[in-house]
Amino acid sequence: MAMIELRRIQRRYVVGDIVVRAIRGLDLDVDTGEFVAIMGPSGSGKSTLMNTLGCLDKPTEGSYVLDGLETSKASPDEFADLRNGKIGFVFQGFNLLSRTSALENVELPLFYDRSGSKIDPKARAKAALEEVGLGDRLDHKPNQLSGGQQQRVAIARAMVKDPAFILADEPTGNLDTEMTMEVMSLFQELNDRGVTIVMVTHEPEVAAYTKRIITMRDGAIVSDASVTDRRRASDDLEDWKKKHAALAVAEAAV
Amino acid sequence: MTFAKLVRASALSIFRNKMRSFLTSLGIIIGVCSVIVMVAVGTGSQAQIKKQISSMGTNLIMVMPPRGPREANRLSMADVEKIRSEASYLSAISGEVRLSGSKVVGGSGYWSTSVYGIEPDFIEIRNWAVQSGEFFTDKDLAARSKVAVLGTTVAAKLFPGEDPMGKSVRIGTTPFTIVGMLSSKGSTGMGNDQDDVVMVPLNTAVNRLMRDRTIESIEMSVVREDLMDEAQAEITAILRESHKLSAGDDDDFDVMNQSEIIKTASQTSQTLTTLLAAIAGVSLMVGGIGIMNIMLVSVTERTREIGIRMSVGARRRDILLQFLSESVILSLLGGSIGILLALGLSWALKTFMSMPTLVSPAVIAASAGFAAAVGIFFGFYPARKAANLYPIDALRYE
Repeated sequence: MAMIELRRIQRRYVVGDIVVRAIRGLDLDVDTGEFVAIMGPSGSGKSTLMNTLGCLDKPTEGSYVLDGLETSKASPDEFADLRNGKIGFVFQGFNLLSRTSALENVELPLFYDRSGSKIDPKARAKAALEEVGLGDRLDHKPNQLSGGQQQRVAIARAMVKDPAFILADEPTGNLDTEMTMEVMSLFQELNDRGVTIVMVTHEPEVAAYTKRIITMRDGAIVSDASVTDRRRASDDLEDWKKKHAALAVAEAAV
Repeated sequence: MTFAKLVRASALSIFRNKMRSFLTSLGIIIGVCSVIVMVAVGTGSQAQIKKQISSMGTNLIMVMPPRGPREANRLSMADVEKIRSEASYLSAISGEVRLSGSKVVGGSGYWSTSVYGIEPDFIEIRNWAVQSGEFFTDKDLAARSKVAVLGTTVAAKLFPGEDPMGKSVRIGTTPFTIVGMLSSKGSTGMGNDQDDVVMVPLNTAVNRLMRDRTIESIEMSVVREDLMDEAQAEITAILRESHKLSAGDDDDFDVMNQSEIIKTASQTSQTLTTLLAAIAGVSLMVGGIGIMNIMLVSVTERTREIGIRMSVGARRRDILLQFLSESVILSLLGGSIGILLALGLSWALKTFMSMPTLVSPAVIAASAGFAAAVGIFFGFYPARKAANLYPIDALRYE
């Protein structure tokens, strides 16, 4: 079943006298359970596509059906509700509320919930943080957490309302190799459990953990291919740790 | 998002910046506090004036020259005599002249005080009593006797530790013999010493101490309270006749009963109170502008937070309400502190500076309401600015 259906999407900006055509007639289908990487150079329209998929921006033309709902006629409030209920965001810069505990950060989407569900926000947020392995860091503020941990809090926040899909904008852009592999193994775990993920990345190594790579250029898709030799981030992480342990031993010997 | 959640979220962000929040509310604190204290002092002193005039005597009617230039005064001894002989509802009547700042010489030196030229009825009208000796009589009045009755303050200043009875004082160039001492009435709440007075017969004062023959006021007691209106009308008629006014002329005097006297006396203090409260109200407005200023800074500073909130599903209304409730909570908090401060301050004024203060619940409610209104009014623009941010721009804001 198609989770995301983009048809003939166009997005034009007017900057002064110049019309920038960020997306020029784009079609895309993403099915439930897919793990898609969107790649491409700067200015290729990746960010605009992300904003469109995330219901942060409306395409100038075309139709976007998200989980069976046509969004092109939605009001700003309906857009807000779509972001709240259907989409989980993970950003490059984590975008956590500073001076606010991990638990309260994860509770935030539930705070704006309008479905009237009776779930206990605290318990639900706690469960989400336990899922990303931060059950012992509930009351830590973002500045007391490492980059990888902060990104896991952000992933917990994205997960807390069981969205239709997770939209990640260069989620590993600010992380070192170890943390990158940590985060990617978490994404793979979630995907294995059936969560649909769309992720923008610059790094081919990171894209190698996904199932499908879409490459953009000049506001259009230039290639769309399945990942044939998919890597497991958890295995890579173990290898990397072993290698470093060996290096440390060797260093100590010298 | 429920109301409780909203308040909690706003309160959290206010308490995250304790110092800034305090300084922001300071304008409101000072504004609310000064409004309440000003009004408390004003109404307190009005109540004092009212009490004082009510204690002057019962069923009092006063005739005074019309407000305006002094030359317009046409009240004379003849008017007093005419009222005395023709008016039918009066139990006592006295003409009065007053020389404030008169130098009274005698005993150990001199003392500057108020000299009242009055008639014997005056002490009945004004509820005075004589503590020793006796008050001068109608005979003294008719004979223009040079006799004086001293208030306790004057007696204590001029004759410390002595009995002034029978001694002599000089007012201007005229020597007076002291025939009595008034009992003490104490000071008014405004700090006027009522015992700082010398009373002499009206005729003596008019003939010896005054330059012209007009008198300053006529004071009367009416027999019964329900006859006040009739008495007032009758006195007006007598005086119009005495001054030979024809039907179309305005009165060239003012006949006032007690409540009118209270109104006149408290008018100045009322005007002053209104003025001071208005100035304090301006400071409340300035406090509101302070809140607006900080909220604008806060919106800019928290643009990213707004973006994050929008990305997880906050509607514009949610953002608007969050910032609005922050400014309202700030101003209500300031208002509450201001009220507490004002209660403390007016208590202190009353207790340590013996200023009459009266804090009315209505003023407290009004200033709390005004503080909330200021919060809404000055919080709305920044809140709307926050709510109208575009999610993408807000998220990318550095």
